[in-house]
Amino acid sequence: MNPLSLARWQFSIVTIYHFFYVPLTLGLAIFIAIIETKYVRTGDEMYKKMAKFWGKIFLINFAIGVVTGIVQEFQFGMNWSEYSRFMGDIFGAPLAIEALLAFYMESTFIGLWVFGWDKLTKKQHLAAAWMVAIGSNISALWILIANSFMQNPVGYTIDPETGRALMSDFGALVFNPNVLHQFPHVLASGVSLAGFVVMAFSAWHLLRKHDVTFFRPSFRMAAIYTLVGSVFVGTIGHIQGQFMVEHQPMKMAVAEAHFETEDPAALSIFTIGNWEQTEEIFSIRIPTLLSFMTYSQPYGEIKGINQLQAEFEETYGPRDYVPPVAINYWSFRTMIGAGGLMVILAFLGVLWSKDRKLDEKKGYLKIMIYAAALPYLAVTTGWILAETGRWPWIVYGLQTIEDAVSPNVPAWNVALSLALMTVLYTVLTIIAFKLAVKYGTSDVAIKAKE
Amino acid sequence: MDLNTIWFILVTVLFIGFFFLEGFDYGVGILMPFLSKDDNERRAVINTIGPHWDGNEVWMITAGGAMFASFPHVYATLFSGFYLALVLMLVALILRGVAFEYRSLRDDPVWRNRWDWAIFGGSLVPALLWGVTVGNLMRGFAIDADMNYWGGLIPLLNPYSLLAGLVFVTLFTTHGANFLALKLEGDLAERAKKFGFQAWIAATVLTVLFVIWSFFETDILTKSGINGLIPALLAAVALLLAGFYAKSGKDMLAFIMGSLTVVFATIMVFMGLFPRILISSMDAAYSLNIHNAAASPYTLKIMTIVAVIFVPIVLIYQIWTYKVFSARVKADPETLVY
Repeated sequence: MNPLSLARWQFSIVTIYHFFYVPLTLGLAIFIAIIETKYVRTGDEMYKKMAKFWGKIFLINFAIGVVTGIVQEFQFGMNWSEYSRFMGDIFGAPLAIEALLAFYMESTFIGLWVFGWDKLTKKQHLAAAWMVAIGSNISALWILIANSFMQNPVGYTIDPETGRALMSDFGALVFNPNVLHQFPHVLASGVSLAGFVVMAFSAWHLLRKHDVTFFRPSFRMAAIYTLVGSVFVGTIGHIQGQFMVEHQPMKMAVAEAHFETEDPAALSIFTIGNWEQTEEIFSIRIPTLLSFMTYSQPYGEIKGINQLQAEFEETYGPRDYVPPVAINYWSFRTMIGAGGLMVILAFLGVLWSKDRKLDEKKGYLKIMIYAAALPYLAVTTGWILAETGRWPWIVYGLQTIEDAVSPNVPAWNVALSLALMTVLYTVLTIIAFKLAVKYGTSDVAIKAKE
Repeated sequence: MDLNTIWFILVTVLFIGFFFLEGFDYGVGILMPFLSKDDNERRAVINTIGPHWDGNEVWMITAGGAMFASFPHVYATLFSGFYLALVLMLVALILRGVAFEYRSLRDDPVWRNRWDWAIFGGSLVPALLWGVTVGNLMRGFAIDADMNYWGGLIPLLNPYSLLAGLVFVTLFTTHGANFLALKLEGDLAERAKKFGFQAWIAATVLTVLFVIWSFFETDILTKSGINGLIPALLAAVALLLAGFYAKSGKDMLAFIMGSLTVVFATIMVFMGLFPRILISSMDAAYSLNIHNAAASPYTLKIMTIVAVIFVPIVLIYQIWTYKVFSARVKADPETLVY
């Protein structure tokens, strides 16, 4: 394999692994802060136990999120040095700001939260919980500002002498319309993911009638929390799709396996395309629906892959501009399918957890243990769509991945680091999963003593 | 003073914060297996930095991020050029961070022992590699006209830079021992001091060698005449006083002097580099400096505003954290968290 493919594999593996941990951090930090707020308001010790119990799961997850984050910060220079040179004037700033505003905050206050139960006043400790929650979400905001520049570059000029992109409008970069969709999307998916994790462990205990007075309210709070989150993800996702058609039409075309321009355009239910990615072999489609989803009216042109390829060639010169259709098509459908199921399951959870009826819904509770996989599937496929759908651009319309990779890092170096990182991340993920199961299925009374 | 110079100073400040804070952090990790006789003692040693290590590590991440924002070419050249060294360091740091959090989550001696090795190695390897990196920064390495270094890992492991690595390891170990003397109790604290003094002797000998070698190998100490020697002299005085105070039982003063050693030594290196950041050993014209490697004036201005507002805020809450956890740590499982 050439260094470029290896570097891409490495980026995708370390980033996907990293994003197993991030959304739980984002969502669970807020969830715990809300519970601790209840504790401080009511003085009810159960809420303190709850904050500590879910805090344990949070910390097991947070540890790996933090350390894998260092790789995220450094790998642009390591594997994508030409990108760092060409885009550094713009891309470096949000990364540095993220560290300065968010990393310090979450990392310092998590120390206060973990070690400060007996050293801080109740209110100070609660403030630490909120600082962790706010800090981690500020971190998400700034990294998404950086990513949004790659998706939809704004606020820059090109230096005529060096060809480098220079920041010309910081405000435009921060208020990139792409951020306004992407950040709420990521925040809300973190909320729903965290809710599903809490519901999974709670369901496990409820099925065994363990500590029902503890896990019933945990489940109820998580169900409400998740329902809000997942409905919001769906809504914002819909708007995001409309934005995508306008700003990254190729990404939407491949996500829909939409080969030829149509007006009104049909929505694919199931499509198989040819190997060359130029036409469909078999397809079931609902007429007009894609136009309707995009323009909220029963007509409107949606450009197809082949026309977009021709347009790109005219603007940027001849080459292949079509991202892998199958990956994007199925990622898009998996994300939406998982998201839909999540809304239904969360809704049932809210409905049934009102009273003790929940304990009798054995089948539902069993499903909920495994349903925690759904949000993980959704966030992973979501990012696969967002990133591979941008191919061949590292920054949309400005720089291709071939021009971005480090020229001076030989393939065997990247192969070695790829192997090392893959093994390390896999082992750590197995360990973290086992620890989370151990603590998530442990007895509350024992945990509360710690 | 132009923005480029201001950012050179700011990056220096971030590296000072990083070497000062992570210096004793790494030192604690390196000392942990040698100081403690049983599991409770090991936990006590780890818990001295328990609330702090994560916040301390952000200084390194921020230094990297700030370099990306202010001198993107330096970030690109250094991180791609030192690729394998960085991969090693990242693996070490990943294992170390997870080890702190996970080691006491299972009551199994084999499990704990493995993570303890991760803490030890995860502290030793970054300390060594940062030293090697600084050695190469002082000495220069083969950067070509396109700002790329093609040499790979082996030329970076030259004897001079390896010596710099050992200086870092021994200095940080001393620094960590000085910190532990303040944070532990009784016998454990006494052992920390004993080890600390031995590490100090090693650090002093190695530093003297390194400084002498630096006169021949680099222009860091000679380039700016007398001015360049001031931080070097201050670092030397602080190092000698650190040993003196450690020997006479004045733990706080020993820690302060050890800290000042790290601070002045870092200033010495960056002053010697200025206005260059990465020295090319191929041709002085290929070196990256505060102008040819910098971000645009607009980006530097934005980043200056952000830094001026937020660096003081960070300092305030981090210092507060040290005040909250100023008590000594007991080797008592009832009170230990990690």
